Amino acid sequence: MSPLRTALYDLNVELGGKMVPFAGYEMPVQFPLGVMKEHVACRSGAGLFDVSHMGQIVVTHPDGLDAAAAALERLVPQNVIGLAVGRQRYGLFLGDNGGILDDLMIARRAGDLFLVVNAACKDSDLALLQKGLPECDVKMLDRALLALQGPLAESVLDSVASGAAEMSFMDVATLGSDYGDLWVSRSGYTGEDGYEISVDAAQAEAFARRVLQADGVVPVGLGARDSLRLEAGLCLYGNDIDIHTSPIEANLVWAIQKVRRTGGARAGGFPGAERVLAELDGAPTRLRVGLKPEGRAPMRDGVELFAEDRAVGRITSGGFGPSVEHPIAMGYVDIDHAAIGTKLQGELRGRRLPVEVVDLPFRPATYKR
Amino acid sequence: MKFTEEHEWLRPEDDEENVITVGITEHAAEQLGDIVFVELPDEGRVVVKEDDVVVIESVKAASDIMAPVDGEIIEVNTALEDNPGLVNDDPLGAGWFFKMRVEDMSALDEFMSEAAYKKFI
Repeated sequence: MSPLRTALYDLNVELGGKMVPFAGYEMPVQFPLGVMKEHVACRSGAGLFDVSHMGQIVVTHPDGLDAAAAALERLVPQNVIGLAVGRQRYGLFLGDNGGILDDLMIARRAGDLFLVVNAACKDSDLALLQKGLPECDVKMLDRALLALQGPLAESVLDSVASGAAEMSFMDVATLGSDYGDLWVSRSGYTGEDGYEISVDAAQAEAFARRVLQADGVVPVGLGARDSLRLEAGLCLYGNDIDIHTSPIEANLVWAIQKVRRTGGARAGGFPGAERVLAELDGAPTRLRVGLKPEGRAPMRDGVELFAEDRAVGRITSGGFGPSVEHPIAMGYVDIDHAAIGTKLQGELRGRRLPVEVVDLPFRPATYKR
Repeated sequence: MKFTEEHEWLRPEDDEENVITVGITEHAAEQLGDIVFVELPDEGRVVVKEDDVVVIESVKAASDIMAPVDGEIIEVNTALEDNPGLVNDDPLGAGWFFKMRVEDMSALDEFMSEAAYKKFI
């Protein structure tokens, strides 16, 4: 099957994007500026990302929003019923074994629940929702999705869509613009303040051109998106989390609200609840941690971790952090070696090199709460 | 100066017989993207053609540089340890990787001239 193209494909090519296959799409991995400068530009000005390959799904229930929220709670361990209109939160689809099928954003809007899911999982997510929520109407939308991230994002987006500046972190709103209604959330996946913007596909290119006209805004590809999210300590589905990792192992306890935990008003009742709640009430056998290699050599996905010659874990994401200016990584280690400050060795090309367990994120987030 | 299909350049030293300096081309440096780490071989290491001798880590991935011919590594560019970006900034100059003493300089004959390399890329 030939790769799919987003509504911004022609613009990405015109801007000099180096296009690569990604999750069934032809996506820009970098633009002429290069990964490092795109990364830094996003942290100092603003970066515009085409994330239209991700899935946008709307869920409604004939009995209204509360019923839709209650239904969705059967599939996710989040407090969806308690999510206020105009707010969103991070969510997880779990398998019966408690492993993570996908991570997603769940927004409660005035008339529906709006979900954003990963590109590689979107078809299976849609099937999961349609099968698991037979009483609901579940639709995948064909809108473009852009992320505008960085300290200039607020002023730039507010000049295009008035009201963006008034939003707080994880607020969602529909804002009028010259490019039709923009469905905006104040969120992203870079650790920066910023927005994700769903726009009618036919208006996406004109909207992107307008945003790119602003001083300090640069197009950013998947390469810098990855280094930005790694510095922010955020999981990449398929690398740091997958069907074999539970949310507790993945250090995503914060994503499961008290009401769904043991003793909460709506405890359990989601796939994999038995394992997830047992690990939450006790302890998982392994944990996702931040890792800082001591030297300058990056340690990447697959590097095995040792403590006194005993294999104790593996790196799931790693590389160089352009803003922190040293190698950074995340991975899973046995719980006994997960404490901050633990010294381990990573096996790199046959040599064991020192690496330390460190706190996440590698760089503090700048969200406007 | 000669060029390999693996985008290395090999420059015979004028003042030292049977010694070549090895680096990567501008094209290769551009393709690799921002280079953040270079792992250099030990001086004195005896290598045979196609041994992996240098590891280049860009922000995206790690790539190997092979010994183009048989010989001995006699000097490495230690400036890359603190400043791996030299490979991006000046690949044909300050971004060189190593010098090697070559057993048989005629082994270089098989590689491309600059004109042939330009056609190759």
